[in-house]
Amino acid sequence: MNATIKTLGLAAAMTLATAPAMAQEKLKVGLLLTLSGPSAVLGQHARDGFQLAMKDLGGKLGGRDVEVIVVDDELKPDVAVTKVKGLIERDKVDFVVGPIFSNVAVATHKPIVDSKTFYISVNAGPSNLAGKSCNPYFFATSYQNDQNHEVLGKVAQDRGYKKVYLLAPNYQAGKDALAGFKRHYKGEIVEESYTPLNTLDFQSELAKIASMQPDAIFTFMPGGMGVNLVKQYRAAGLADRIPFLSAFTVDESTLPAQQDAALGMFGGSNWAPNLDTPQNKKFVQDYVAAYNAVPASYAMHAYDAALLIDAALKATSGKTDNKDALRAAIQKAEFKSLRGDFKLGANGFPIQDFYLVKAAKRSDGKMQTEIVEKVFDDYTDAYAKECAPTN
Amino acid sequence: MTATLFFVQALNGLQFGLILFLIAAGLTLVFGVMDFINLAHGVQYMVGAYLVAAFSAWTGSFGWALLLALPTALAFGLLLEALVFRHLYDRDHLDQVLATFGVILFLNQGVKFVWGAAPLSVPVPELLSGSVEIANGLLYPVYRLAIIAAGLVIAALLYVLVNHTRVGMLVRAGASNAAMVSALGVNIQRLFMVVFGFGAMLAGFAGAMVAPILSVEPGMGDNILILAFVVIVIGGIGSIRGAFLAALMIGLVDTVGRSFAPNLLRLVLDPAAASQTGRAIAPMLIYIFMAAVLFFRPSGLFPVKR
Repeated sequence: MNATIKTLGLAAAMTLATAPAMAQEKLKVGLLLTLSGPSAVLGQHARDGFQLAMKDLGGKLGGRDVEVIVVDDELKPDVAVTKVKGLIERDKVDFVVGPIFSNVAVATHKPIVDSKTFYISVNAGPSNLAGKSCNPYFFATSYQNDQNHEVLGKVAQDRGYKKVYLLAPNYQAGKDALAGFKRHYKGEIVEESYTPLNTLDFQSELAKIASMQPDAIFTFMPGGMGVNLVKQYRAAGLADRIPFLSAFTVDESTLPAQQDAALGMFGGSNWAPNLDTPQNKKFVQDYVAAYNAVPASYAMHAYDAALLIDAALKATSGKTDNKDALRAAIQKAEFKSLRGDFKLGANGFPIQDFYLVKAAKRSDGKMQTEIVEKVFDDYTDAYAKECAPTN
Repeated sequence: MTATLFFVQALNGLQFGLILFLIAAGLTLVFGVMDFINLAHGVQYMVGAYLVAAFSAWTGSFGWALLLALPTALAFGLLLEALVFRHLYDRDHLDQVLATFGVILFLNQGVKFVWGAAPLSVPVPELLSGSVEIANGLLYPVYRLAIIAAGLVIAALLYVLVNHTRVGMLVRAGASNAAMVSALGVNIQRLFMVVFGFGAMLAGFAGAMVAPILSVEPGMGDNILILAFVVIVIGGIGSIRGAFLAALMIGLVDTVGRSFAPNLLRLVLDPAAASQTGRAIAPMLIYIFMAAVLFFRPSGLFPVKR
């Protein structure tokens, strides 16, 4: 499945034909993403985001030619570990960028950081990697998993919702999501409902919600589950009566299937396609032109991961052999993140703003999330303080 | 409110059960008549959903899409039969499981290749897009009522077809003793093909009907296949009547149990423990139910006489 993409493409060749030949060999970056199975669309966003960044950077990171090696983790931690060993031992990559899913991140963390390879997550941010098991070789351009959920908990609390109905799939991330929501929400939780993972029909849940009449619901239903929940919530006539707060349920990866059913539903995010910065406008425009889809946050994180590596390598003049110097350069990397304010905290996770977002229709008919209000400013995750500097 | 809620949940259970029946009917016939384990039956459900998605995007009308999808699903079933399954009838079950599992993998990747990995959506037909208010604030989508009606109509048609026509008689005879039917001069190969194509079309029909309320995505048939197997085991392999009743029972046990198990447990446990235990028990209910049925009736509720 290894698709080797030679990014020493035409563009690079033409613009740099006159530049002095570099003595350095190519920088190698492994992209570890979920590219098959029902969740493949998330990995595709991240892959496309990274490749768009490579194009914008002229095929180079920190002045060095780059070979990007894309591997599919198949959303199976054991498969991911095998592929990662291939990346490290056979391909000898300098960076691993990915993954989407936290179970993959946890399984691949040790082999990657043990080999002193830098690991940059473009989505997964499990609590242990941000806290107790933080590692100087692990960074994230995304967020700690709880944070998007905390946004909605804060919003529910601030808006004075007295009764909230919680709904999540019955697995670790679902439980974490509801725990994240409850960190800032102090009102009554009328029901904490867990459905089996990959439930696609929520009609009986919806009947319960309608009969309990909560002030709002909060849910975490990634992928196809979210598509169904949103459509059924709308069809059951609940959308106009009970506010729909969610995380990873209404975003650009699911909106193409949800369409109008999702209009006005809320999510929490560190970014939205309509965020008003010049580089973000260009990014969204280029992405839509190249892939005929509005980018989701996965694409933005991957784009930023490329910018982060580029900025760090510029600071070390393209050198990767002094790991401590490179790490310091990554930690301090100065680049214009698509999301605006961005810096890396001591645990390798971003300190950034979080927004309440809402699904809306663009003028070209495509769906996207749009910022409603800023909920957290320069927000550090709850686990950062557990990260001991000696790790 | 509880009575109304119970009524709504029963409706949900009925609707879920009927969808399960449409899938299980084909599966039980193929298993019962041909002694052929077809794991790929679930992907035929998925193919039905994808076909209706593609045709409704093309024609802009769900009705036309359904009309086009049904013969295409039938043709697709027959094609699979001719290409793959026909060569497996004489092999043992393990070979059949392996080969049909391969078909699942192939088709799941295949739809992704053609339509992409992102879930597709099919708009609910305009005519059926409203909802009826059952009680204060409790809306029930008309489209789900339409699914219930369609499921009941198909069940009635199947009953007539299996019990009161010549083909139906042959199918029942084939389920009891295929070798004897063949010895009496019936072209059993052709009978198999008809049964197979018909089963594939029913699964495709189920997929097409749920496409507007569920998302159409690769692998959508895999979970429902397991439930369909539970249904045919409870109902008795080869029995349409058994599949019908078992499907409705599974639909009701699953939906109503999921919704009311915590409430019932609250009578004997404190609320926190009740919701915790209820949550854990609800998904198990159908399997507990299956184990109980098999304990008392090892060959299902309506075993085919051999």
